[in-house]
Amino acid sequence: MTAILRAAGLSRAFGSFEALRGIDLEVCKGQRLGIVGESGSGKTTLIKLLAALDQPTAGQLWFAGREITGLPERGLGFLRSSLQIVFQDPRSSLNPRMKVGDIVTEPLRSKLVRRELQGVDRKERLREVLAAVDLPADSGDRYPHEFSGGQRQRIAIARALAPKPEVLIADEPVSALDVSVRAQVINLLADLVDKQGLTLLFVSHDLMVVRHLCDSVVVMQSGQIVERGTTAAVFSAPRTDYTASLWAAVPRIKV
Amino acid sequence: MRKIQLYTGLALIALVIAAGLVSLVWTPFDPIRVTADRLLDPGWPHLLGTDAMGIDIISRLLIGARYCLIVGIISVSLAAIAGVPMGVLAGLSGARSGWVDEVVMRVNDVVYAFPALLLAMLLAAVAGASTVTAMVAIGVATIPAFARVARAATLEVAASDFVLAARAAGTTKWSIAVRHVFPNIAPVVGVQASVGFAMAILAEAALSYLGLGTPRGTPTWGGMLRDAQDVWYTQPVQALWPGLAIALAVLGFNLLGDGLRDVLDPRLREVR
Repeated sequence: MTAILRAAGLSRAFGSFEALRGIDLEVCKGQRLGIVGESGSGKTTLIKLLAALDQPTAGQLWFAGREITGLPERGLGFLRSSLQIVFQDPRSSLNPRMKVGDIVTEPLRSKLVRRELQGVDRKERLREVLAAVDLPADSGDRYPHEFSGGQRQRIAIARALAPKPEVLIADEPVSALDVSVRAQVINLLADLVDKQGLTLLFVSHDLMVVRHLCDSVVVMQSGQIVERGTTAAVFSAPRTDYTASLWAAVPRIKV
Repeated sequence: MRKIQLYTGLALIALVIAAGLVSLVWTPFDPIRVTADRLLDPGWPHLLGTDAMGIDIISRLLIGARYCLIVGIISVSLAAIAGVPMGVLAGLSGARSGWVDEVVMRVNDVVYAFPALLLAMLLAAVAGASTVTAMVAIGVATIPAFARVARAATLEVAASDFVLAARAAGTTKWSIAVRHVFPNIAPVVGVQASVGFAMAILAEAALSYLGLGTPRGTPTWGGMLRDAQDVWYTQPVQALWPGLAIALAVLGFNLLGDGLRDVLDPRLREVR
């Protein structure tokens, strides 16, 4: 197993506030890593750094063996199409003034994307990914506000899949959705990750979902990774009180 | 009920536009030729009377509407075309390379701090007072207003997840500006344009009144106001008509601006 994403001593400070402190992380191809922790523990800051949407104040980051820290935007093409993000709230991650078809194919229109994508027929790819996320084939001509929350998150997933990425980062992809559609979206995501052999980074504070979806997990607290391991090991025998308390906070139905 | 502002504004603007269009093909009397029927009171056939040169006031008001619209359109376009891209540039670079933002906005502060009247005098002195110098002065003086509004709106859009998603998709800054930022700040810029239009009309009237804008003899509302001043003690009603026209046009564009803001601002919409 080769590491597709590797971080060493990654730190990010905002003024005097240290959002991330010395994160070391290795994600292998095909791994499904859950990132859990309470609000403000640095999860979102970490994935923004991993996606090169923000610059670390210290530390280094490699994607597929190439260092990406300090690279200018035009040097990041290989990363941009290989790593995609599904954001938390599709109401703000989809431009309200763009048609769904344009939103979904946006990653294919970039001048920076990998060479093999440049000849791709966008209409064809749009049809493929809309079908993959179970959206009607005519969705491309409509605007995001014409869709329900669950459907909008499917649009966001379709956009992430369009450039055939290797790594998919999902930042609490269901926490803004109705409870009734969460399971559908989670199952869809699990299904797609399986079929396309994606590497998944799944950020959540819903530990049940993480246990269902991920094979390994890191636990974050105040900008540091306090525990890591396979999902089974971390949840059955948590080594820190913090993990234990997170786990204990999950509501369970006694049978 | 909230839309009443919008519709009143639109009605007043429609009136000004109609007057301007009518003046292109027809005015009741010759709006320039001097006659012997000086300072007639309102009556028939001169419904609003004649001015000190014996020219029909309605005819002059109709032509004035045309000038007022031209001045508004040109100076607002000038300000928006220069100001909005500057604001977007500043807003988009603000997050990452702060110095571009700093330079652009400080230049705007300098323009903002420079008195518009002084600029108009300067231009009038260099190029001679004309409608064009007035429009340029007004346009340049209002660039910072557009730049600031565009920058603030851009900062908001640039922080949204869909711009992050676009960056993660490898979309270049230029494409982000065109595809994501401009369409989403257009409503805010529209509001600013309509308020700026009102300001431009008022400013042009003031400049014409001071003799820094359209030269004497051309029927603009500001110029008519200046002419009316000469006969203020004997015929105060002469000042009423151009004053009323200016007030209604300015009111129209201000109401349109407020109305648009109410309709387009989602935060206000939720309160309804």
